[in-house]
Amino acid sequence: MKKNYGPVYSLPLGLWITIFFIVPTCIIFIYSFLTKATYGGVQWQFSLEGYKALANTSFINVVWITVYISVISTFLTVLFAIPTAYYIARNKHKNQLLLLVIIPFWTNFLIRVYAWIAILGNNGFVNNILVKLGVIDTYIQFLYNQYAVILVIIYTYLPYAILPLYSSIEKFDFSLLEAARDLGATKAQAFFKVLLPNIKGGLATSILFTFIPALGSYVIPMLVGGKDSMMLGNIISRELTTTRNWPLASSISVVLTVITMIGVLLFLKLNKNNLESIKKLVVREKAGEESI
Amino acid sequence: MKEKHRFSFTMFILTMIFFYLPIAVLIIFSFNEGKTMAWSGFSLKWYQKLFFESEELWKAVFNSVIIAIFSSLVSTAIGTLGAIGMYWYRFRSKKYIQVASYLPLIMPEIIMGVSLLIFFVMFKIPLSLLTIFIAHTTVSIPYVLFIVMARLEEFDYSIIEAAYDLGAKEIDTLFKVILPISMPGIISGFLMAVTLSLDDFVITFFVSGPGSSTLPLYINSMIRFGVSPIINAVSVVLIASTILLAVSTRRFYKYMFS
Repeated sequence: MKKNYGPVYSLPLGLWITIFFIVPTCIIFIYSFLTKATYGGVQWQFSLEGYKALANTSFINVVWITVYISVISTFLTVLFAIPTAYYIARNKHKNQLLLLVIIPFWTNFLIRVYAWIAILGNNGFVNNILVKLGVIDTYIQFLYNQYAVILVIIYTYLPYAILPLYSSIEKFDFSLLEAARDLGATKAQAFFKVLLPNIKGGLATSILFTFIPALGSYVIPMLVGGKDSMMLGNIISRELTTTRNWPLASSISVVLTVITMIGVLLFLKLNKNNLESIKKLVVREKAGEESI
Repeated sequence: MKEKHRFSFTMFILTMIFFYLPIAVLIIFSFNEGKTMAWSGFSLKWYQKLFFESEELWKAVFNSVIIAIFSSLVSTAIGTLGAIGMYWYRFRSKKYIQVASYLPLIMPEIIMGVSLLIFFVMFKIPLSLLTIFIAHTTVSIPYVLFIVMARLEEFDYSIIEAAYDLGAKEIDTLFKVILPISMPGIISGFLMAVTLSLDDFVITFFVSGPGSSTLPLYINSMIRFGVSPIINAVSVVLIASTILLAVSTRRFYKYMFS
């Protein structure tokens, strides 16, 4: 055996990730226990203020709204993703159809959000048409509420949800479905008892790919949300840049990280042996390699 | 057979309408004469404004491209070496490096943005293109790492042992054997990093300073001013160029590696 070059090759990686990811994450954790300084920044004095400030109804409400919006959006996204992925997987031209899913996913994220502002905004496409047709006199405010946030989250993450479902449905042996039907199962029974258990891995992955980024939403509620849709990401940003209470911004970040980790752990529990395959999926997914 | 898929077919069509309706509206209205989302006649004036009267925007595009190139080169180098080191060797800190480089994938973007901002302020590093470069490199490294690892899994170690047995030094083995066989993975990783960097808004938003605007930051500031037909034109150009880029890299990739 040759000399062990592993540490040499991995040294830059280890250093970079430690300095620019691990250290900053630890700093946030430490900051959440410090005292706030007047113009942003902190005083190096231990304090639980950052966490005490969280024990009020308005903060708990934000946590609730964040989880609620994420759960509803994930549920609806998966509801659309399953039949769409199923249709693509069973189609003769699956590669071309898959490309149709990947194109919106390549489109710049902000542009995708902006498209909905152009359509549903107060001066948007829909309002203009309705006014022209005489249906309404003045605009209807479609945006700046929870529904708009949920809609745009679904729009943004639906491609991420379709791809893992597609790869697991594609591997599924469809003759099993026919067998179930021949043996007298109804369509619903065949779906819930035969197809669903066999695509569990893909389903869990697509839930994860929607739920985790939805929890950390910041841009979408900022651009199309209103008072009823402030999410954790928005109040972190507010405390950091407007109020300049850095210990509080840090403690909220810790809360968001903990919620996210709980989500990931629940998912891993559902999907014990799948960690490796998920890692690969994340990568292939994002690279859109599927369509080659 | 057709009969059976009626439900999934309907859902598929609905999904496609949902995906493409907004994009279609943007494309159509980029050719609108008027300033609003009410159609008032065909015109190319927004494209003319975009290409000839939007200096700030092109400066932002230039920044985006520079950052994308440099951060992708660095993250590809670091990620590739890391993948090689961790795939074939065992060493003490390996488990730590593995877990630490897996975490950024699941960490909410906003937390990475906030923590890097606090880090830069704490160490008095002025917010600039440099800090955006550091942030983008950090985000891309895990993706490059896993893409290259996936490639390494496909060929066996005996090729490398053969190189050693034939007397190749470590450096020769790296440049003449390991890197060439991992090249498809390295290129995918690099392209991935470029895409991530060009698209990133959230983290960039936190770590950018005055005068270091990128394209997504510029688009954001335009959106905040309300609907503008120039954004429609930018969107069309961006969508067209991503599709073109994707198709041509795919062609190139197929040509090179198969």
